[in-house]
Amino acid sequence: MQIAGIDVGGTFTDLLLIDQSAGRVRLAKTPTTDNQAEGVLGALAEAQADLLRLDMIVHGTTTTTNAVLERRLARTGLITTAGFRDVLELGRRTRPQPYGMTGSFRPVIPRDLRLEVAERVDAQGRVRIPLDEDALRIAIARLIDLGCESLVIHFLHSYANPAHERRAGAIADALWPTPHVTLGHALLSEAREFERGVTAAVNASVQPLLERYLGRLRGDLDARGYPGSLLVMNGNGGMVSADRVAHEAAKTVMSGPATGVMAAAYIGRRTGIGDLLTYDMGGTSTDVALIRGAQPAISAEIEVEYAMPIHLPLVDVRTVGAGGGSIARVDAAGLLRVGPDSAGADPGPIFYGRGGTQPTISDANFLLGRLGALGGRQAPVDDVRAAFTRDIGAPLGLSVDAAAAAVLRIANIKMAGAIRMVSLSLGADPRDFALFAFGGAGPLHATALARELGVPRVLVPARPGLTNALGCVVADIRHDFVHSVNQPLDRLDAAGLAETLARHETEGRRLIAAEAVGIRGVTVKHSADMQFIGQTHLLRVALPDARPDRATLQALFDQAYEARFRVALPEIRPALINLVSSVVGERHDVDLSGLIDRRRAAPTARRVWFEDGWRETPVWTREALPDRLDGPAVIEQMDSTVLLEPGDRAALDADANLIIDVQPEGFDAADRLAAL
Amino acid sequence: MTELDPITLSVIEAGLAQVCDEMDLAFSRAAFSPVIAEANDRSDGIYAASDGALIAQGAGGLPVFVGTMQESTRILIARIAAGLTLPPAPGDIYMVNDPYLGGTHLMDVRFALPYYRRGRLWCWLSNTGHWPDIGGAVPGGFSASATAVEQEGLRLPPVKLFKRGTMDPEIYAILTSNVRVAEQRIGDVKAQAAALRVGADRLDAVLDRYGEAVVEAAIAELSQRATAQMQAHIARIPPGPWQASAYVDSDGVVDAPLEIRLRIDRKGEDLCFDFAGSSPPCMGPMNSVRATTLSSVFLAMRHVFPDVPISAGAFRPLKVAGIAETFLDAHYPRPVSGCAAEVSQRIAEAVFLALAPALPDRITAAPAGSSGNFALGGQDPEAGRGFVMYQLSGGGYGGNARTDGLSNGCSTIGISKAPPVEIMESRFPVLYRRYALREGSGGAGAQRGGFGLDYEIELLRGEARASFVMDHGRFGPPGVLGGADGAPNRVIVWRGGDKHVPPHLSKEQDIPVAAGDRVEVQTPGGGGYGDPLSRDPELVAEDVRLGYYTPAAARALFGVILSKGRADATATRAERAARTTPAGRT
Repeated sequence: MQIAGIDVGGTFTDLLLIDQSAGRVRLAKTPTTDNQAEGVLGALAEAQADLLRLDMIVHGTTTTTNAVLERRLARTGLITTAGFRDVLELGRRTRPQPYGMTGSFRPVIPRDLRLEVAERVDAQGRVRIPLDEDALRIAIARLIDLGCESLVIHFLHSYANPAHERRAGAIADALWPTPHVTLGHALLSEAREFERGVTAAVNASVQPLLERYLGRLRGDLDARGYPGSLLVMNGNGGMVSADRVAHEAAKTVMSGPATGVMAAAYIGRRTGIGDLLTYDMGGTSTDVALIRGAQPAISAEIEVEYAMPIHLPLVDVRTVGAGGGSIARVDAAGLLRVGPDSAGADPGPIFYGRGGTQPTISDANFLLGRLGALGGRQAPVDDVRAAFTRDIGAPLGLSVDAAAAAVLRIANIKMAGAIRMVSLSLGADPRDFALFAFGGAGPLHATALARELGVPRVLVPARPGLTNALGCVVADIRHDFVHSVNQPLDRLDAAGLAETLARHETEGRRLIAAEAVGIRGVTVKHSADMQFIGQTHLLRVALPDARPDRATLQALFDQAYEARFRVALPEIRPALINLVSSVVGERHDVDLSGLIDRRRAAPTARRVWFEDGWRETPVWTREALPDRLDGPAVIEQMDSTVLLEPGDRAALDADANLIIDVQPEGFDAADRLAAL
Repeated sequence: MTELDPITLSVIEAGLAQVCDEMDLAFSRAAFSPVIAEANDRSDGIYAASDGALIAQGAGGLPVFVGTMQESTRILIARIAAGLTLPPAPGDIYMVNDPYLGGTHLMDVRFALPYYRRGRLWCWLSNTGHWPDIGGAVPGGFSASATAVEQEGLRLPPVKLFKRGTMDPEIYAILTSNVRVAEQRIGDVKAQAAALRVGADRLDAVLDRYGEAVVEAAIAELSQRATAQMQAHIARIPPGPWQASAYVDSDGVVDAPLEIRLRIDRKGEDLCFDFAGSSPPCMGPMNSVRATTLSSVFLAMRHVFPDVPISAGAFRPLKVAGIAETFLDAHYPRPVSGCAAEVSQRIAEAVFLALAPALPDRITAAPAGSSGNFALGGQDPEAGRGFVMYQLSGGGYGGNARTDGLSNGCSTIGISKAPPVEIMESRFPVLYRRYALREGSGGAGAQRGGFGLDYEIELLRGEARASFVMDHGRFGPPGVLGGADGAPNRVIVWRGGDKHVPPHLSKEQDIPVAAGDRVEVQTPGGGGYGDPLSRDPELVAEDVRLGYYTPAAARALFGVILSKGRADATATRAERAARTTPAGRT
């Protein structure tokens, strides 16, 4: 069995090919191309993959992500309930930031492509105004005339009664020139017209793009004789076949970050460290997610950007606005600030030598010997030093070294604070988790962040910079279902609940069976979203079986509420809002022990700055690491750099993951200040 | 005294901010009421033990509270010193909502926890939460026509709700006997107290780590630096005077506008806001209290300079004068239920308008500036119970030097989301016939204002009473630097087919309505920025194509002539030239 995981990121296309019979692994990292398919083929070529012998390609793509963020979308029309065409533009009455009365918002579908027809269903699902089918046909014809390729039909309260949407869909299917028709309730059958409408609009407007892209890629692969299957990663962390994925294209918008988290969960399961806070530091931002018992947290409410919600069950990845390219400066009050401005990937940090002029986090790492020069290039050391002196050292009265150290210190405190807030908002104390550090820059900061957070252990995977590609290789097939209930517990019909959950399972099993991917079994998990009546926050509890009764639900909710909020409210009645099921086709285990080709090589050494000053520090290549290693040390590999600080103790496990025990911090302010 | 380096300062600043952020999060997550849990109508902070000066406050708190809690803490400290309030002990939590003791409206309830370190009162932790009801004549508390504070609800002086860690059941019983939906209040009370305790735990960690001496020195230094930062911004403002007036439609009782007259002068390193000449205290509930007036000035300036920290130091150079004997400094028993939601926004507007010529790159034209409060209370015969529904609405923001105003933004003093139509219809016996962008409402300008909201709600069953506390009904949000005003707020109630317009336009209480009756509201558009005749004609054509303006409006407001959906360059040039000659000026 040969599987290739290919992840297309903003800068690089990463490939990881695992040949399970031969126990071999091949890697490739090539620049991402505008037409992502070129980069994919390039990566396959670089890895010298034999396409004829390859069984499966699993692809993580940012095609839809980029399309949404840059609003390069397929021309899409909307037909909606009379009186409500502006729902997508009005949003929920917000502004982008608490302070500053400015900001702009561009709706996914422009106003002239949003049409109305007479029809109305009320909140109980009763028809108040019948669907005006003639008006609908006229609206459809008009949108075709206006050159729309995709169509969204989004009616008020369609979650309560989808009859009008279905009827309109049937009429549209006969008239619409393409198969790209999205019905509002079909993806998300939940109250909230803005969120449901945006989700449907995003789906429709990326669907043709994704389909075209995958069609081209499939064609290119066919032309090279590839006989195997092509699957695509979804934002729920599961894979789905390329010819099926476009149907629910909105699920791919957040697939990149989800893929890395799935790899972390898989590695966590193999190493026996199932509770992880994942930390993926990129150039402009850092993604943080929570994994409990080797299961990533799933959220039904992701916001892609300001006023751009996608309400589908997706891996809950939160973005923190600091990355290697975050710019450091001294503000008007004479205080050191890091971010939120970023030099990004272009021009990037100064030491990349691509025209960057402002000091960044990565430049600080470079100055302090933690990060080597880029790809054998001659780094403009003098420029970096001059910038730190000019922008930070001089205004604060610090030496260049101390200025760079201060930048890292502030950056780490800010990032640790942000990670802590993410963790707390998910109801978790970060100290109960291990930090899983990946991405190119994550492992450089990991042990410092762990100390700051009080996290005792750090896990750096064998291939931190290829974690997303690994996620593609190990992903399961996953289908999620959400059913709105919205009833107080004391009015629930237990038989109806069991029926819904059984339907979820049947549908999930059918979809999994339809994929040409071997699995070792299907697991079904049911859960319930509940809240106290009058409240807005939902609390999700796992159900022990598929036949929940009122007493079980009540007990589970009370327990979960107390655990989460440390408050008991016996005075108030709870309600069941949603029933949620995930049906997962579990793939056969993939052996990860070959990710690193171990060999012997003596470390080199260079000067690296730590809190107690400069130290001559061993620099290892990842392949040559001994089984145990104490900090300080720098570990370099083609996809990342790992830093062990003094006191850190690292050990390699069977898959060549680094498990680092972090020396707890003796918080002695005086020592700390003296070091600066 | 410890010598502090700038890095330690930044570190401690981040540590204190984290304490506040975690209090905000704990409060919102555990709060029962959507107004706190979802709308984040709450704020948490750290205040000096000596005088209540604001040390740090969460950046995610509701803007209107930026300056109120330091006032209420200051007054609490003074009352304790004067023997008017019992002295603090570890584990106590005070509760207060008195508007005249550093507050806003009665619904905003402040909790204050004395924080002890090694047996010494080291600081105060305080938070404010907007309770969905506090008793009084009107469910929810937003009265349009109260004439004394007693009609607005239960007024609490600072009292210890928690004594040495335990809630006083007698005080709690007084509370629950005086507010509506009392059984749900326990959820908010527990959340509000728990948030302060989370803050105390986190503050322990900060002090354990860095030591009291270092943290105290850092707080003093940070305060000075915040002052310097605000002064650096002030130094770029020409000396002035900068003058403007903003007008509240009426007080809800007497149908006459209230004027906020503002003169801003840079004096040395301070910026002085003189409100002398503003209208005297009013009969109806559109009075402001001192704390809210100060806070409104602070929040307006933070909208202008979002980078300054929320701290007493940053606000120190902002001097407010001339409010005595005006409706901006009302005393007992003047009614105040419009102060936090409406008057505060007019004060901020006066600041924006006055500073527009001084800081043209920073200031926006006036935003809609109303919380758009429409309350409907009645009996639902189908559900067999009473209901109270609020539709709070946004409006257009003002244009600015770079962009058009945002459409349907939230209030200047708020950050909350509006509930979806589908949720409203599932909870209340109403049907929305329309929830739309209000075409043409954005004030014309080089950068136009954003658009307001246009909605119509029908009562489906039973009978109810409709109340409105809105503003900008008489005057639209002003444009600046040649921009036109945004469209004013409009309210129409259709009763038995007859049209009723509130005599005060934007305010009226208890209008009886029955099944089939309808309420139409059109919220204000934002003011325009700069001369509309200088707006890029292609942008105007795009606005017409999207249906924001009619072709006739494009010509009348912007001097743009369209031909086949595009701007006709020649005709537009001629039209604009004719308008800019003295004879052609309209």
